[in-house]
Amino acid sequence: MKFGRLILANLLRKKARLVLTIGSFAVALFLFALLGVVNDAFSRGADVVSANRLVTINRTSIINTIPLSYRDEIVRIPGVKYITHDNWFGGVYQDPKNFFPQFVIDPENQRQVYPELIVSDDQWNTFLKDRQGAVVGADTMKRFGWKIGDRIPISTTIYGLAGKPFEFNIDGVYHGAKQEDDQTQFWFQWEYFKESVPDSIKGQVGWYTVRIANPDDAPRIARTIDNMYLNSPYETKTETESAFAQGWVKQFGNIKFLITSIGTVVFFTLLLVTGNTMAISVRERTNELGVLKAIGFPDRAVLGFILGESMAIALAGCVGLLLALVAIPQLSRAMAGLLPPLLVTAKTLAYGVIAALVVGFAGGILPAWGAMRMRVVTALRRV
Amino acid sequence: MVRVEGNGVAGSLIQVRGLDKTYRRGSEDIDVLQGLNLDVDKGDFVAFMGPSGSGKTTLLNLLGGLDVPTRGTISVAGDEITHMSRGKLTDWRARHVGLIFQMYNLIPVLTAFQNVELPLLLTKLSRAERRKHVETALSVVGLDDRMGHFPRQLSGGQEQRVAIARAIVADPTFLLCDEPTGDLDRKSADDVMNLIKRLVQEYGKTVLMVTHDPLVARQANTTLHLDKGVLVEAGGRQGVVAGGAS
Repeated sequence: MKFGRLILANLLRKKARLVLTIGSFAVALFLFALLGVVNDAFSRGADVVSANRLVTINRTSIINTIPLSYRDEIVRIPGVKYITHDNWFGGVYQDPKNFFPQFVIDPENQRQVYPELIVSDDQWNTFLKDRQGAVVGADTMKRFGWKIGDRIPISTTIYGLAGKPFEFNIDGVYHGAKQEDDQTQFWFQWEYFKESVPDSIKGQVGWYTVRIANPDDAPRIARTIDNMYLNSPYETKTETESAFAQGWVKQFGNIKFLITSIGTVVFFTLLLVTGNTMAISVRERTNELGVLKAIGFPDRAVLGFILGESMAIALAGCVGLLLALVAIPQLSRAMAGLLPPLLVTAKTLAYGVIAALVVGFAGGILPAWGAMRMRVVTALRRV
Repeated sequence: MVRVEGNGVAGSLIQVRGLDKTYRRGSEDIDVLQGLNLDVDKGDFVAFMGPSGSGKTTLLNLLGGLDVPTRGTISVAGDEITHMSRGKLTDWRARHVGLIFQMYNLIPVLTAFQNVELPLLLTKLSRAERRKHVETALSVVGLDDRMGHFPRQLSGGQEQRVAIARAIVADPTFLLCDEPTGDLDRKSADDVMNLIKRLVQEYGKTVLMVTHDPLVARQANTTLHLDKGVLVEAGGRQGVVAGGAS
C-alpha cells in the first residue's frame, strides 16, 4: 500500500504520545479480555450442561439434603435413563487456600450420567475396587503435581467430621471431552463417606443428577419428581441442568451487568482518549494536510489517512489481547478453585479486535471528517 | 506574451476574465480582486508584485484552483476551472499545478525523496517508475545526494529546492510560486531563482510568481503589479500588453 508509509511516518511523529495511546488501548483490551473470560467462566455452566440432564435438590436449599431412598423411586419414572447422587464434601487439602471441589459420588452411575468426563476403563475399575479410591480432574492433578497411586489426606469441617482426615488413593484421572469442561473435581466413593459420617447423614445425599432419554420430556419429568415429594419432609426442586447452573451463577450477583458496566466505561474513556489524541494530531498538522490537498490529494484520501492512523493505533493496541492470552492462563492457575477456569477463547479475541476497531474508527472519524472538509486555503494559512 | 487587457488571443495557456474575489469580514464585504483579466502564454515567467493585502496570494490561489472566485472565469489549457466541483478541481490540481510556497511546506516526517514522491502517489506509476522520476527531479535541483535527508537536516535553500523538485516531479502545466525566496538569504535566494529560471528556459515551464522583492521580480520576463485589486503592468498603466515573454 503506497500510502502506508505516509501513515506510518505520521504515526511515528510523536513517539511518546503514540506509545501512551497504544498503551491505553492495550490496557483497555486486556481488561476487556479479562472481563470477557470471567463472564464466560461464570456463564459457562449454562454452556457445558447437557440438555438431557436434570438436577434435583432440596426445595429449601442445596445445603439441605434429600433422602437416598428417592433414587430408586425417581429412576422408575418413564423417560429416566440413569440417576446418580452427589454430596459436597467441602474438604481442605493441607491449607484452605488449596481449594478444589470434592464430591462424594455414586460410582455405579457416575459415568453414565456424565459421559463427557472421561476416565479410562482400567483406572475406573481400580477405583471401583478401592474403597478409599479417588478420581481426580486433570487440572487438579497438574496443580498439585499428583500422580496415580499418591495417597492424599483431606479433612472436612462439615458432617461433624472435623479433625478426622480422610485418606485417599488416587486411582484415576478424568479429562473433559471439551476444553471448557471442569477438570478440577475430586471424586470419591459414597461407601467410604457413608461409613464415616453420623447416622443422620448416612441415608442423605446432597442432590441427584438425572439423565433422561429425551430432552423434550424434561418439564414432565421434573414436574413428576417434585410432585412425588410434595408435602413430604424433603420436598424437592427439579430443574434442567442449565437452569440450575444459571441459578448458581446468580448467587454471585449480576456478573454480566457488572462486567458490561465496567467494560462500557472503559471503552467510553478510551474513545475520548483516542478522539482527543487524533484531534490534537490533526490540529498540529493542519498546514501539512492543506499541503497534501493543495498538491492534489483528494478529500477522501485525507479522511483515509486520519482514520488509517486511528485504526492502526487501535490494532497496535491489540497487543493487550496477546498479553491477555499469555497472562490469563497464569492468573487462572493462580486462582484455581476460587474461580472457574478462565479460558481466553478465539471468540473473546475476535470481539476484542472488533471492539478496538470500532473505537479506533469512532475516535478518528470526527477529526478525520473535519480534516476532510477543511478548505485548502484555510489549512495553508495555519502555521 | 502576457496581456492584462482582457482581449488576449485564443490559445493562451491561462485566460482570466472578469475575475472578482470578495471576502466577507463580519458585515463588511472586502473586494480583493476586481474585474481582473489576464492572458499568459505557455513558457511565460510572470512576477506579481504589490503591497500587502493587494490580492497577490489570492490571485495565485485562484489560478491554482485552491480557492474559487466570486465572479469571473479562469481557463487553463482549455479547462474552465471556475465551475469544477471540489473533487474535479483537486484532480485537476494534481495534473496541472506545481506549487512552491514561501515556507517550503515539506512534510517533516518524510525524507526529501518521500516528499518529492508525494504527487506521484496519486498517479498509476509503478514504484520503480516513481523512483526514476523522483531521482530525476532531485538531480534537476541538484539534491540527488540528499534524497534520504529529512527536512530538518537540510538548509532553507535546500528545503526550497526539494519543494521545487516536488512541484515539478509530476510535470505540471505550470508552476505557482508564492514568495519562493521570502524566507531565504540572498545567496540561497539567488540559487532558487536561478533554478526557477532554468525551469523556464531549459524545460519550457510556465511560472507565475508572487514576490515582494524587486530583485527577484526582475528575473521574471514580465512583472505585473496588483494595486487595490486591479492588475497593472510594471509601467503603471492598466490594460496594456505586458513585456514579451520567451
